[in-house]
Amino acid sequence: MSDSILPLAARNLRYEVNGTVLIDDLSISVVPGSFTVVLGPNGAGKSLLLRLLHGLIVPTSGKIDWSVGAELRGRTLRQRQAMVFQRPVLLRRSVEANVRYALKWQGAGPGELKEAAESALHRAGLADRRRVPARLLSVGEQQRLVVARALAGKPDVLFLDEPTASLDPASVQQIESLLIEANAAGTAIVLVTHDIGQARRLGHEIAFVHRGRLVESGGAESFFSDPQSDAARAYLKGEIVV
Amino acid sequence: MGDIQAAFSLAANLILSGDADLFEIVGLSLSVSVTAVAIACAIGMTLGAVVAVTRFPGRGAIIVLLNALMGLPPVVVGLAVYLMLSRAGPLGVLGLLYTPTAMIIAQTILVTPVVAALTRQVVEDLHREYDEALKSLGVRGLGLVRTLLWDARYSLITVALAGFGRAVAEVGAVIIVGGNIDHLTRMMTTAIALETSKGNLALALGLGIVLVGISLAVNGAVSGLGGVAGRSRNV
Repeated sequence: MSDSILPLAARNLRYEVNGTVLIDDLSISVVPGSFTVVLGPNGAGKSLLLRLLHGLIVPTSGKIDWSVGAELRGRTLRQRQAMVFQRPVLLRRSVEANVRYALKWQGAGPGELKEAAESALHRAGLADRRRVPARLLSVGEQQRLVVARALAGKPDVLFLDEPTASLDPASVQQIESLLIEANAAGTAIVLVTHDIGQARRLGHEIAFVHRGRLVESGGAESFFSDPQSDAARAYLKGEIVV
Repeated sequence: MGDIQAAFSLAANLILSGDADLFEIVGLSLSVSVTAVAIACAIGMTLGAVVAVTRFPGRGAIIVLLNALMGLPPVVVGLAVYLMLSRAGPLGVLGLLYTPTAMIIAQTILVTPVVAALTRQVVEDLHREYDEALKSLGVRGLGLVRTLLWDARYSLITVALAGFGRAVAEVGAVIIVGGNIDHLTRMMTTAIALETSKGNLALALGLGIVLVGISLAVNGAVSGLGGVAGRSRNV
């Protein structure tokens, strides 16, 4: 393993679809080991921001700089970051095969693959369900598997797009502890959520996005105790922010 | 009504007595159609999956063409293959006309578009679901095609069955390129056509019953994998 692909610096991102500006002049950075929660009202552009950073979509203008040399772009960048989507996307294979598949594409050799898959399954509490077809798991288990799969290769950064939006409290708690554990082990986390309680529980840094712009960002404590922008104040009070 | 009764007892007789001619015909029909479907799946599934995941100019036209070719008339395919393989044709030197190989070629041509068009649809739907997750993992190229084909495997079994159904039931192509030669290229469908034209209705109907029975048996055997296939529905 080479050095981390972080810090990530995104500068002046702009993303338009058919002339509508969805992300506007947005700059954000992600440093190694950080835990950033992206907050903001519906339609603010949080998911788009995540997809831009992860490289699933290309910004109309602006720059996304990773800390890797040009010779390591592409493949390495893909292998050292991972993303979890709101709806779990699982291959039509067994629980274990899902983890192994991801590990293989993340560049794990045959030796480390077995061990890494094993420990990922154990951490997620799915070791005794390894042979079950992944799609027969409950929704909570499915999302746990997706998070475990994403973390199996020990990525430098993990992006999550509302991973617990439709889960029961017990599943939410299990996923949160997976994230805390991974973060403690050195994986930077960027989490989009609607759940202010979750943001308080998990976030070290908060990025508040409103109408495609980064309105406010900084330490979680000061954000929650003393939000600087009107939009963030209203959002935290539970008012409807449009 | 007499014919139908006679047909059923004749069919039962033929099967129960282990009639050698019948089993030869059934065996040839199955081996030709199964071989043709296997080749068609190898070509058609790859082609369908590649078309499903790639974007290139003329892609829409290719999809329309594939869909249209699903309805290719067997007689026309038979005629085209006949022209290719006949003595005067470009492949005449191979001496394949009126052999089982010629029938396999004709059926492969008939079935490949069916398999390709259906696979394209199946894989494209699956790709839509997997797209972001696989992009996130950096899966592309051949790896992407292989992943999608494997994960669509239960639906693709149905696709292969559709292909087999078309192959085993068609008569137009094999009768032209095979010639319905006794003990050499006589298939179930060509035998039925022959016996009907000879007025041997009971025998024709008997063969027909066997053919339908085989179709049922093949489909039954495949859905016997039902416990496995059932998982595909859990999407």
